[in-house]
Amino acid sequence: MSEVIDARGLVRRYPADGPPVRAVDGVDLVVDAGETVSVMGPSGCGKSTLLHLLGGLERPDAGELRLGGRRVDGLSETQWAIFRRRNVGFVFQAFHLVDELTAVENVELPALLLGVSRRDARRRAMDLLQRLAVAERAGHLPDRLSGGEQQRVAVARALINEPLVVLADEPTGNLDSRATGDILKLFAGLRQARQTLLIVTHDARVASTADRLLTMRDGTIVAQTRLGSGASVAGILASLADLGGEG
Amino acid sequence: MRDVIMSLLAKEPAHGYELRQWLVKALGPAGGALNPGQVYVTLSRLERAGLVEAMEVAQPSHPDKKVYELTAAGRERVQQWLADVTWSKVAPVEFHLKLVVAAATRLADPVALVDAQRLELLRELHQLQELALAEPADADGALLLEGASLRLQADIRWLEVCERRWVERESR
Repeated sequence: MSEVIDARGLVRRYPADGPPVRAVDGVDLVVDAGETVSVMGPSGCGKSTLLHLLGGLERPDAGELRLGGRRVDGLSETQWAIFRRRNVGFVFQAFHLVDELTAVENVELPALLLGVSRRDARRRAMDLLQRLAVAERAGHLPDRLSGGEQQRVAVARALINEPLVVLADEPTGNLDSRATGDILKLFAGLRQARQTLLIVTHDARVASTADRLLTMRDGTIVAQTRLGSGASVAGILASLADLGGEG
Repeated sequence: MRDVIMSLLAKEPAHGYELRQWLVKALGPAGGALNPGQVYVTLSRLERAGLVEAMEVAQPSHPDKKVYELTAAGRERVQQWLADVTWSKVAPVEFHLKLVVAAATRLADPVALVDAQRLELLRELHQLQELALAEPADADGALLLEGASLRLQADIRWLEVCERRWVERESR
């Protein structure tokens, strides 16, 4: 299987006052095509910094990074911007939609920047909004949308150029329980469609939708597991149906 | 189990088979995991305790069938059960003691125990969510899965509190 993310010994130091702090302290991470990975850990453990490194929003101080087989840790700012536009979709906690553009205009923007024709970009954007059940809101500005709708629009925008990988940073951090449920269903759909996806989250419900879960502490990965293994469905069902057999 | 069956019988007398069918439906996907004999074992215990009464009903082409009816004592127990607010598993006391004893005896690293436990609960949550996605949203079973999922999330949050505490203790 091809590796979409291949990171070796990634380090990111912050020049805080006094001795530099290692926010990411030697992370090795391989994510295969079609895999969904979530990263959990206490705040300050380095999980968001790791996501920024993987998407080129920050540069590592040491280590190597390959995305889709291409070495990217040495790219210039401009090269990164071009690479990212085509290959990386971002979803952020605060949605980051452009306020002056309607929902569909936000979604088609990354395609237009890649040189896709207006007609094709609009068609693709409308298809995605349809799939994510926000098509009827396509003509509205972001401030007329609920948080859940804004995040679905942001996910559509992340997907429009069919990226190698979608990186999501606390995607449900600003959403209520119901809207979180909608985003969970959406991620489950992406997982079924084999979209490579890395989610940084402190929400156990969101984290547990993934194929694989990483736990970070103090800038390193301290534990990881395949979520589909272990706990058996039969065991869970039996405990749910356990009404106290003693009678 | 006992109280649920008595409550069903408070409405009208029923056969063991009907009671079982009702339970399977109310439990949704977990219904399949219900032990087949459990309803009958429970009914005979309730009968011995004088909480239900069995009547043989003649059937033309089959052996006689038992119909169960709630007694006055059973009816009183049902009222008590409905008013009872006892909640099982209020705190995972056993796990808490495991952490304290592991730290005191140095038999294991409490933080590693928390990590392992959390991964196991997240695996369970993963399975629950898969089941929930497959269940129609308006089915009774979906509500049970939601409850189980919320409790797991609360347990996972508590493990995060445990993690912070034990990381701080270790770094002292």
